[in-house]
Formats: sequence, structure tokens, C-alpha cells
Amino acid sequence: MTQPVNNKETTTDIYRRQFLGKTAAAAGLALAPGMILTEVAHARSADQPASDKNRWGLLINTNKCGTGCTACVSACQTENGWGEINKSEPHSKASQKAVWIRKVKLKDKLTGHVQSLPLMCQHCEHPPCVDVCPTGASMKRKDGIVLVDKHICIGCRYCMMACPYKARSFIHEALENQKVHAPRGKGTVESCTMCVHRVDTDGTPACVEACNAEGHQAMYFGDLKDSNSAISVELRNNGGQQLRQDLALNTGVRYQGL
Amino acid sequence: MKKTIPFLAIEGRSSGYYMLLAILATFILASLGAFYYMEHHGHYVTGMSNQIVWGMPHVFAVFLIVAASGILNVASISSAFNKKAYKPLARLSALAAVALLAGGLMILVLDLGRPERLVIAMTYYNLKSIFAWNMLLYNGFFAIVIVYLWTMMQRNLGKYTRVAGTAAFLWRLALTTGTGSIFGFLVARQGYDAAIMAPMFVIMSFSFGLAIYILVLMASYNWTERPLGDAIFNRLKNLLGVFVAAVLYFVAVYHLTNLYEAQHHDFEMFILRDGGIYTQLFWLGQVLIGGVIPLIIFYTPALAKSRGLVGFGALLVILGGLAQVYGIIIGGQAFPMTIFPGKEVIETTFADGAIASYVPTLAETLLGLGGFAVALFLIAFCVKIMQFLPASLADKDVDPHYKAS
Amino acid sequence: MLSHKTIISTLLSVLLLLPVFAQAGDLMPVVPKAKAKANPDTLCIRDVKDMRKNHMKYILHKRDKTLREGVRTKQDSLAECISCHISKNDKGEYASFGDSKHFCSSCHNFAAVNIDCFDCHNDKPTAASKTGSTIK
Repeated sequence: MTQPVNNKETTTDIYRRQFLGKTAAAAGLALAPGMILTEVAHARSADQPASDKNRWGLLINTNKCGTGCTACVSACQTENGWGEINKSEPHSKASQKAVWIRKVKLKDKLTGHVQSLPLMCQHCEHPPCVDVCPTGASMKRKDGIVLVDKHICIGCRYCMMACPYKARSFIHEALENQKVHAPRGKGTVESCTMCVHRVDTDGTPACVEACNAEGHQAMYFGDLKDSNSAISVELRNNGGQQLRQDLALNTGVRYQGL
Repeated sequence: MKKTIPFLAIEGRSSGYYMLLAILATFILASLGAFYYMEHHGHYVTGMSNQIVWGMPHVFAVFLIVAASGILNVASISSAFNKKAYKPLARLSALAAVALLAGGLMILVLDLGRPERLVIAMTYYNLKSIFAWNMLLYNGFFAIVIVYLWTMMQRNLGKYTRVAGTAAFLWRLALTTGTGSIFGFLVARQGYDAAIMAPMFVIMSFSFGLAIYILVLMASYNWTERPLGDAIFNRLKNLLGVFVAAVLYFVAVYHLTNLYEAQHHDFEMFILRDGGIYTQLFWLGQVLIGGVIPLIIFYTPALAKSRGLVGFGALLVILGGLAQVYGIIIGGQAFPMTIFPGKEVIETTFADGAIASYVPTLAETLLGLGGFAVALFLIAFCVKIMQFLPASLADKDVDPHYKAS
Repeated sequence: MLSHKTIISTLLSVLLLLPVFAQAGDLMPVVPKAKAKANPDTLCIRDVKDMRKNHMKYILHKRDKTLREGVRTKQDSLAECISCHISKNDKGEYASFGDSKHFCSSCHNFAAVNIDCFDCHNDKPTAASKTGSTIK
């Protein structure tokens, strides 16, 4: 299956292209010609709400993903304040500690081919966790990012039962010293936010940044609805698979080389 | 003309009665203590984890909620299906339904990560959530059954009993279907993704509810020294036998369907053969203790003559039922989800592809038992303050034409 | 001779006044001063009286705006409140929520109004919150 591509020539698209042109021109002044490091096509001002004109996604090339490399995991922990390096959840047993992103190593049962990939919330278009949540705390933003509204999460864990990827964690004890942009606390459920605080201010998720810094370039982040975005181009040219495609959840995270 | 049997509140002044209340109260206090302990520290003091997210409290809660709707059956048979012989049993049946549901819900609420936010659960509804439907179904069940009880207990409202009883019967079917669907709609997990879950839960409710009803009836008539004749008792016993057999039938269909589908083979092998504790719970707990042995007791005339043995059989049905619910809830989670079909997970930091372990702690078990205690306490207390129990269920009072076979 | 009425009313008045005597020192909460005064340029708070009465509404509204819609302006942002209203305790460290030196606690302790904001949110400013997050 291919990514959703928005071919409609809406006024916004035109606007976006004009804007892109101008920004690119501005960026071109600062950088060597043709070297635009990050996509800036979606720039929206702080008072504008996220829009369904975007759909944020990740594309992971498992062939480029470094075996034994955990840069994305560490970056996520540093950014969002979970895991051992933050001494978060000292009382919880290993199986009770939060895991937002994890590295998994796989071996094909037939061919013996070994590969390695990061696994996190897949930011589904039809997220089972959102369907089952009794209060509406588990929610999907207009731009496709799936989040937990911890203000109204009652800690029933039904979303964790429903998630096909085991992407969610329940917080088993009181926490301290959370990151200001990543509030998290006892008795509620949490998962990968696609670094929504960065996305809202035109940034790139910490995991993608770390993967690039490591030189692997195995992760793309971008707008699946923008047919010119790097992620869309890459998907169009080389494809990308969903995990549990049979469930027809239309995930926002895609994998190559599975 | 046949005289009607009067309903009488039990005297409830014996030391035995107070002892019963005291024991139940102790369990309730222990469960509240467990709740405080779990909420104060957080769920790290339980055996539940990010792999097994629902544990012992949910086993007890689901069992009680399922049994609550099932125990109303006795009343439904009298009101919705107009069987006269069940009339005297209807009040206790409706009371027990409310009590069991209250006990089950108490556990669910006290196990929440944020129980103080119950008001949010009541005010924010995601109408696509089966959990949210269930909250409406539970509250509606309380309301309808209480109205139904009212029509039975207030003399001049008797003409509405049939309507209220039928409404309650339909509502309870919806309720158990909803409870079963909590699991049946979870497409991601191999053990759950099956529409048969909903009807299976309905038939489980018939069985668990009636087993509890028979035990409550036996206890209250023994301890108050009121007569309980064979006419009623054997009817209930035979009916329970039918329900127990029906549960076994549904379980067989569920597993046979799974065995036919290649993608569910691994899960079936896990439950039926290789699952260790879950395999034992299935064959020994659910099938043998909760199914085969009770059926032998109920349908072997020599054994069924003994009230004690039949009561023991009903107790086995309850234990087998708990084993079944444990297998469904915990076993269904312990079995790893297939995220990468055709691949083997050789390294992970989150137990992908591995069978999750779960060891319940004392606290969560006490919380679960507290739900039972709350239900039984409510029943014991209410039969003293109001007229729920017929003065006599002797054969001559219930059915003058009954002949012992 | 004292009538019953007098005795009872005297006793009652003493009882009613007891809490006042007991807390004579803190009839009003001691609220730490913010770092900056209300100032339209900082795009921060509204009128003090309005804030005292309605801050919970503003914060609640903003929380949904931010979480559900991604609107991250400074106006009514909890992190902004904290970074301006933070004060230090006797040891010279930032006061934690619960300590009456903490801006929120100074009043919430007094009024005995329980809030759960800081179960999840940090009750102190951190380096990251001053510069915004680590965005390019």
C-alpha cells in the first residue's frame, strides 16, 4: 500500500508552495544552493491549530538501521525524560517501566535474514486505542499525531489492551522532575508523541535527529499529505510497509526492507 | 385457590448472622486497605505491568459483572417468561444482581490508575468505546433492576412487574454482550479477536450467576431454618447442569474455530498444550473442575440426592468460572502479539514475542475478594431489612402437585 | 444570674472564633511576588483580580488548546506561569509544589483546594523551558 497523497490543487497547496518557494529562497541565502536541511513547508504560527492538511509520518529504512545502535532510543529518553538515564520510575520492575520506543532485532523464519528496527507508536489513522478509550483521553490530532490527554485519562489501560504494537506504557509510581514539554505522571498511560512539541514549532522528532546525527539516515520525518516532502517522495519511489497491515489501520509510521 | 407464600425478612439476630457480617466486613476492610496501598504507592506494588495490564482485580470484576447479569435469570424466568414456580425466587435474584454488579464495579473503579477521576469517567464519554457503552449499561442495569424490584415489592405495582422484568431481561442480555465485547472487539490480540466472545459471555453469565444463586439460597434457608423443597431445588440444579454443558459447548466451538485457522494455531497450542499454568487452568480448572465434575454430580441420581454435593458442585462451577475468566484475561495477554508475521524476535527490550509472566500480589487479590464480600454483605444485610425471602420454599407451598421422583 | 441563653451563646461564639485565634497569624495567604509585573509586552497575565478569580478557567481552556490543537502561545501557558511565578525556599532552592513558598501552593494550601497539575507537570522551571525546547 502506498501513502495517502493529496493531489488536489487546493488554494492552501498553492499557498504552501509559494511559501515554500520564499522560504527556500531565504534559506538559500544562508546555505549552499540546493542544501535545504529540514523541511519547512508546514510553517504555521503558534496561535494556529494543527490542521488536517498535514499528516505527520515517519519512514524507517530497516536496511540502514544500525544493528546494536540505540541512538533513537537514548535521544527519546533524553528528550522526553523517561527511562534509566533519567532515573525515572525507580520502584517499578523492568516490565513496569515506561517504554516509548524500543529497538527490536528480527530474524526471518524462512531465510534467516536478520534486521533491526525501532518500534514505537505507529500513529494510526484509525487508532484502536482511540476507539476503545472510555473518556476520549486517547485522541488523534487533526494532523494525525496520536496522543494521550493525561488530564482526562483515568488509567483504565483499555488502550493498552487494544494497541497491536504494545506501544503504550502505564506509569506505576509517582514521578518527579518531568520535562516541561513532556508532562507524565502516575496512574496515566503514555506513548510516543512524535515529539509533538517539536513538530508544533517546526522541529523534527528527537529520534530522527539522532539517527541522522549518527550517520545512519534510517529515519525520515515529514508530511505524508505533501507530495513534495522527502518522506512522500521516498515512499513513492521505494515503497513502505505498515506493521499489521491486515488490520487496515493506515499507520503513520512505515517501514522499508521488512 | 392456591395461597401465595408470604415474604418475610430474616430475623438476623443470631450470633451466626453477626459473625457472617463481621467476616464479610473484614474482607471489605482488607480490600479497602489494599486499595489504599495500591493507590498510595502506585501500581508497582502489584504484579500487573506493561505486558499484563489487566490482572487479578479484573478477573474478579469481570466474573462478578458477568455473574450479576446471570443471577437475574431466575427472576427473568418468573417475570419475562411467566413461570409461576420461580415467582418466589425472583426478589432474591434481582437483589443479588444489583449486589454482584456493585461488587464488581467497586473492584474496577478501585483499580483505576486515577480512581479520584471517576467523575471524569461519568462526564466525558467517548461513544465509540465499548467501555463507555458498558458504563451506560451498568448504570441502566442498576436503575432498571431497582424499578423491577420495586414493582415486585409494592403491592399495587404488581401489574407492571412483567414489563419491568422483560425490560431487565433484555437489558441484561445487552450488558453481558457488552462485557464480552470488551474482549471480542480487541482485534489485535489472538486470544480475543472473536465475535463468539459475546454470546459465550452470555452463556457463562447464566452458569456463574445460577451457581452463586443456588449457594446463596441454600445458605439463607439452612441458616434461617426455613424449608427448601426438592421441587425448587432440583429445578435449579438441573437448569445449572444445562448451563454448564452449554458453556462447555461454546468453549469447544471457540477453540475448534481457532484450531481451524492457521493464524491462531500458536495461540491454541499455548492454551491447550504448552501454556503451563494457563493450560492447567484450562483443562483442570475450567473443563474438569468447572464442567465435568459438576455435570457428573448434577446428573448422577445417587449423587444429586445429596444437597451438600450439589452445593459443592455449584462451588466448583464458580471456581471453574474464575479459572476460565483468568485464562481469558491473563492468558490472552500473556500470549505474545504477532507484530512481525513470519519473523522471529531475537532481541528486544520490551519482551516482544515472549510469553509474559504474571504473579499476582496479595493486595490485588484482596481487592478482588473484596468485591465478592461487598456483594454478599449487601445481600445478607438487605434480606434482614426488607422482605426478599419467602417464608417457605417447601414443596407443598411452591407446587402442590409436585411428586418426588 | 446567667440565663441558659447567655451561656450557650457565649460558648458558641468562643467555639466559632476558635479557628480565628488559632490562625491569627495567617488570615490571608502569603503569596510570593512574580518575577515580572503584569505587562502587555510580555503577553503574560491579565488583571490580578481576574486571574485570582478565573485562572483555572484560562489554564483549563489553554490545556485543551495546546494538547488537542497544538496551539503553543505563551498566553495562559502553565510553563510560562511557573517560569515567572517561581520563588525560592529558605534554602535558596526553587520551592516544590506543596511547600507554601511555591506560588501555587501558597494559596492552594490556604484554601485547601487540591490540584493534580503537578502529578504530571514539572512544578519548577527547567533550562529547557526557558529557551523553548531544543528546536533548530
